[in-house]
Amino acid sequence: MLFVVNFPLFTIVLSLFSGALCFMLPGKAARRYTMCYEAFLTVLCLWILQYTYLNGAFTYVMGEFPAPWGNEIRAGVLEATTALIFMIIMLTAVFCGYRFIEKDLDLSKENLYYALLNLMTAALLSMIWTNDLFTGYVFLEILTLTSCGLLIVREIGRTTLAAIRYMILNLLGSGLFLLGVVLLYDLSGHLLMVPIQKVIRELAADPNTLPVLTISTAILTIGLSIKSGLFPFHFWMPDTYGWATPTSAAIMSSLVSKAYIFLLIKIYWRVIGIDIVERMPIRNILLVLGIAGMVIGSVQALHADNINRMAAFSSAANIGYIFMGIGIGGVAGYTAAIFHIFAHAVTKAMLFLTTPRLAEVSGDSLLFKELQGSGLRDRDAGVFFTISAFSMIGIPIFAGFAAKLQFGLAAVEDGAGWRLILVFLALAVSSMLNALYFVRTIIRIYSRPNESTRMEVRPHHRAGYNVPMLVLTVMNLFLGLFSWVTVDLIHRGLMMFS
Amino acid sequence: MFENLWINGEEAVAIILFGIGFTMLLFQRNLLKKLIGMNIMDTGVFLFLASMGYIEGRKAPIVTNGVLDTAAYINPVPAGLVLTGIVVSVSVTAVMLSLVIRLYKRYHTLDLDEIYVLSKHQMEDR
Amino acid sequence: MKERFFKWFYGESDPMEHILDCAEVPDESREEWKYEEHEIEREISRRVHTQSVIRAERRGFYAFYLIIAVISCLMLIGVLLFTVSQLPRYGVENPRAKEVIERYVEKGLEETGAVNIVSGMILDYRAFDTLGESHVLFTALLCVMILLRLDEKNKRTRYENYYTVLADPYYDISTDPIMRIAATITLPSIFLFGIYILLNGQISPGGGFSGGAVMGAALIIYAAAFGFTVTDRVFTYRMSRCITFLSLAFYSFAKGYVFFTGANGIPNGVPKGTPGAVLSGGLILPLDIAVGMVVACTMFGFYSLFRRGSIGGE
Repeated sequence: MLFVVNFPLFTIVLSLFSGALCFMLPGKAARRYTMCYEAFLTVLCLWILQYTYLNGAFTYVMGEFPAPWGNEIRAGVLEATTALIFMIIMLTAVFCGYRFIEKDLDLSKENLYYALLNLMTAALLSMIWTNDLFTGYVFLEILTLTSCGLLIVREIGRTTLAAIRYMILNLLGSGLFLLGVVLLYDLSGHLLMVPIQKVIRELAADPNTLPVLTISTAILTIGLSIKSGLFPFHFWMPDTYGWATPTSAAIMSSLVSKAYIFLLIKIYWRVIGIDIVERMPIRNILLVLGIAGMVIGSVQALHADNINRMAAFSSAANIGYIFMGIGIGGVAGYTAAIFHIFAHAVTKAMLFLTTPRLAEVSGDSLLFKELQGSGLRDRDAGVFFTISAFSMIGIPIFAGFAAKLQFGLAAVEDGAGWRLILVFLALAVSSMLNALYFVRTIIRIYSRPNESTRMEVRPHHRAGYNVPMLVLTVMNLFLGLFSWVTVDLIHRGLMMFS
Repeated sequence: MFENLWINGEEAVAIILFGIGFTMLLFQRNLLKKLIGMNIMDTGVFLFLASMGYIEGRKAPIVTNGVLDTAAYINPVPAGLVLTGIVVSVSVTAVMLSLVIRLYKRYHTLDLDEIYVLSKHQMEDR
Repeated sequence: MKERFFKWFYGESDPMEHILDCAEVPDESREEWKYEEHEIEREISRRVHTQSVIRAERRGFYAFYLIIAVISCLMLIGVLLFTVSQLPRYGVENPRAKEVIERYVEKGLEETGAVNIVSGMILDYRAFDTLGESHVLFTALLCVMILLRLDEKNKRTRYENYYTVLADPYYDISTDPIMRIAATITLPSIFLFGIYILLNGQISPGGGFSGGAVMGAALIIYAAAFGFTVTDRVFTYRMSRCITFLSLAFYSFAKGYVFFTGANGIPNGVPKGTPGAVLSGGLILPLDIAVGMVVACTMFGFYSLFRRGSIGGE
């Protein structure tokens, strides 16, 4: 057994330790430590990906007691790829946003912010690597609390109100998820994922116990969907992402919602079994709700008056895309959903990191009427915003187009029927709506301002901002142009996922 | 359909508690009552877990007189899960209470609808 | 009549308030924070206005949404009750759970060294969950510190000052002789009891979380009875920070070492001790102490932050 096998454990334990360490360090030292540590984590995740690509998935026993008695974590190609992309996005978010953190926060609380960031990293990685339902629940609660902390650290009245709505909905979701875990434990007597699946196969074969199994799965699904923002439960998004400091907004919209969806996919594949899930009516419900989210989220984005709120509604629409992929089902559907997780994470991070710079040259205002011409005042931010907007619309060579193509292919592979028609209609309508509000914004930021808008001095061209954004752009183009590489990675990962 | 409900009576009561807490969390306008609803919801889940582990005629899982037989003790696993759940519930209650304190300091009311209306009308921060 | 019912239902009026009001002691020192007439009038008019806005918005679509939501909640409870009726019987052993329990009960004593099977389970077999759980408390402490710790931006309005500086002497009970005498008599026993629960985690019911909670409660009574000036001499921000950091770091590294050696098949060299003694259970006792320290510091930190917005009076 090579030393690489221990790396998932190191990532989790060292992140938890870093959280406690940043609590002790003063503000600037905490920031520098976090940046170096996240770079180190990216290298570790790359190493794990290379190992699992060549040697397949491995299970790591936590302690000396094997599966049903002790705890274990598991790493495969899919988990390693997701971890790598999440770490890169976190690194770029911290690099690009730390200037805004210094402006938005009280400086005595800066080290608390980085401590929460490190704990969130630990929770994200733990939910990616975990092979146990109850560990997933504990780290899900850590993720909820740290994302609340990341939001309230900017002390204006709007964020406190947004935080309370966010927390109330998230706690509903957590309560339902815990109830689902407890029901599964009662039915199966195990808490680790693989032993539960053996029991569930027996339960699904017996028609007396199939209803209970369906209800338990439904409760788990509802809990995680509330937390990630599926259609009827997405109304916390605009307030939350709209007023948070840019690093927090980028991390929460790109990573936190996706971690919950990743846990849901893991539960479907490893705990319940994908063939059993496909037979349940949950699949169609998720498809319909996902499509409703896509369309209604885009319609609400059209009416937004604030650029961050528009981006937040667009996030709600994209979560709808991912659930549509889960609803289509089959390996192709899940491949499309996971590809969209990656594409959207990369694009949304870039979007939320450019809007504050556009606001900075317009008198610190995020309203559309003040942002007119800001792309001309700050050229770098304007270019990056245009790239991310093109990717969200779905213009070829960018990641968004490749993601929508995958959805189309998955729907075709699913077979002819009402699902195919519905998916294609939804893709067409939402792409059109996306184009409407994004192109309108791009035109606005590049048109000459009238006298009423406030002009500001141009910011310095800082390499510290442009280099991470270039990294995100390169990743976006890689996902868009060489999509078959990523699709092959995801496919391989799904084959060894269950 | 509901034949076993009387036999599983403790678990049914736990589910009713969960439902009451869930409804309070969703529909109450007063913030402190919402928090109490959240606590009732968590308490319902803990009661459900605890009653799931109970086996009649057996003792608590602490080894006494060297008896190492599974037939002498109840199921120890739900007890560990409840411990973790209680700690999580306490932490979340503390954070929510401090959020309520901050909101009250700013808006001088505990009614969530009122706070929402007030925040829409106040434009001092963007 | 219906008006009065709905006022009571929404919590706007209390039928007992005339009876309970007589119990409140009038205090002349409240003069210093009496409000001006126009401030009170403005406040009342603002609240009447917002109530009317809310009532206007509440008709129509909102009522329809409320009915749909009530029906969905009732459906949720009904579905869950149906599920409960299909679950394995209460009070009877679940045959599927036997495989896991057999090892915990029969081999738990020799593998973990703990007489208390539940402690052995959460701190040895499933130690990763407990590692996460202690960090949940730490995260909550960080969030409450961000929200409530006073800094330059917070010390703004007179209303906020009222809660933390001006009104605290009114609500302070440390001048009450009953509290002081009762605390002097009972506090040593409470502290000892907390330490006893902590050290007995692996022998009898107890452990880090419960022991830490009792010790935290003892600290809170101490601060409430004798005032914060007494606790600030010992329990400063720096000390509480160091205790939390060292305990959590010790926990992470000790458990990381155990996981690492266990997964790689190396014996981890932690002695198990004799079952039934205090020094037994391998790493369970040091981990219990670490967790107890974190819980006590966190509980006292919550109380201190709620009362006066800082830990250790900085």
